[in-house]
Amino acid sequence: MSVIETEDLTKMYGDFTAVDHISFSVERGEIFGFLGANGAGKTTAMRMLCGLSRATSGKGTVAGFDINRDVEKIKRSIGYMSQKFSLYEDLTIRENLRLYAGIYGIREKDIAPRTDALLSELGFLAEKNTLVKALPLGWKQKLSFSVAIFHAPKIVFLDEPTGGVDPATRRQFWELIYAAADSGISVFATTHYMDEAEYCSRVSIMVDGRIEALDTPSNLRERYQCGTMDEVFHQLARKAKRGAD
Amino acid sequence: MNKSIVEVSLIERKYKKVAALSSVSFDVLGGELFGIIGPDGAGKTTLFRILATLLLADSGTASVCGFDVVKDYRAIRNRIGYMPGKFSLYQDLTVEENLAFFATVFNTTIEENYHLVRDIYVQIEPFKKRRAGALSGGMKQKLALCCALIHKPEVLFLDEPTTGVDPVSRKEFWEMLGKLKREGITIIVSTPYMDEAEKCDRIALIQNGSFLTIDTPEKIVTRFTLPLCAVRGDSMFGLLKDIRSYPGIHSCFPFGNAHHVAFSDPLLTPAVLARYLEDRGHSGIDITMIKADIEDCFMNLASTEVRP
Repeated sequence: MSVIETEDLTKMYGDFTAVDHISFSVERGEIFGFLGANGAGKTTAMRMLCGLSRATSGKGTVAGFDINRDVEKIKRSIGYMSQKFSLYEDLTIRENLRLYAGIYGIREKDIAPRTDALLSELGFLAEKNTLVKALPLGWKQKLSFSVAIFHAPKIVFLDEPTGGVDPATRRQFWELIYAAADSGISVFATTHYMDEAEYCSRVSIMVDGRIEALDTPSNLRERYQCGTMDEVFHQLARKAKRGAD
Repeated sequence: MNKSIVEVSLIERKYKKVAALSSVSFDVLGGELFGIIGPDGAGKTTLFRILATLLLADSGTASVCGFDVVKDYRAIRNRIGYMPGKFSLYQDLTVEENLAFFATVFNTTIEENYHLVRDIYVQIEPFKKRRAGALSGGMKQKLALCCALIHKPEVLFLDEPTTGVDPVSRKEFWEMLGKLKREGITIIVSTPYMDEAEKCDRIALIQNGSFLTIDTPEKIVTRFTLPLCAVRGDSMFGLLKDIRSYPGIHSCFPFGNAHHVAFSDPLLTPAVLARYLEDRGHSGIDITMIKADIEDCFMNLASTEVRP
């Protein structure tokens, strides 16, 4: 069964159609790239899927729950990370994990062993009592992602997780994403880096609130006769601009 | 040859015990588009703040337009435009009000220097009554650039101006920089995007507070001397692990639709590597030798960094 399924999902703000009848699905263990120019409607769509904003019309399920009815169940079943890290700077690494584990209802006796397992996997064990604000950006980012999947969600939403991050740190981060997907977690990610679009199993490109294209990166490159996803993106996004003028 | 418009000599700056900048020296020539490239926390923003006279260095000297950043800070502030990494316009003022405000602060008017910002401003003009806080990311950047330009600065400091901006707006933004350069404005810009680094006249690679190298993008890539190839296959994630475990491999990093693999063993050939990968069950293997680009150089640099 698909982890995300939407049909004609739409969000209007007054007369303005932010998200315009989008229909798509995301499978288990898939890395789904959700691309679009600034203002194309990506964040609005993502907020509806995460249960933070109500759809004006259309339907959808996330992790098997209805986005119009079971919002609270969805919130428990997903992970979320944005470029503005949701870690508490004045708590230590361990305290942050403890806090999120509690919020997501991980059983008390499981928290300590899972914390240790995760920290040793990330190589952070020796630093577990360090305040988050003292960590380098790359570490915060990895920790932020690990916190987002700590409760073993079916799907994790990443909103521009690598914005402004240098090329080396970005690559380390994508290797974590690959590993998560390998373990069966679906990944739904937005990015402005088109090399990262190539790392996705499938990519959708949103233009003016609609999904203009949706396929694997190699199929998209072939269809638009482009050498890179960057060229594909430019072709689609430009086309829409003319329509908007 | 143009003369230097920014001169930096042995600048040092510490935050508590951590050295943000150590012995940084460089010159930027008048009319140059100069890029500063480095990992997060390398000291780029600290350098911008010192040159924009917003932060004092612990030691060393720097001058902008011939004025000392400490003694003559007022003279410098009239001659530079600074766009910080963090959006710092007035969110509660409209587009129009922000621009008028910055013009007034510098004792000029929008009309006087409108020719400099016109190409950019016409794109946001339809939204001139909108509050800056309600603009999209790309439009915010365009407004911030207008505000940094409206007093006709001689030098423009741009700290990661395109972070969080989509590829189309990013391209437009760089087209504008090209135009400003042709107007004779010197531009110093930092960026995490390596395709932008390639558009600079010269770039400085900065790491842990020191400049490692300063040169044209063309010259910097010639310093990558290891054989380099692009590897594609049907299972890209699996390939990554297997390539890295092969002896004679210096590095292997994902680069979009291919992995870039540098050989440390000069006897290693694509054919040998392909055979090994096929033996490990990989299919669809395609290996081609390639030339390094700026991003390869950056990765090579960053991977030699000792991580905490």
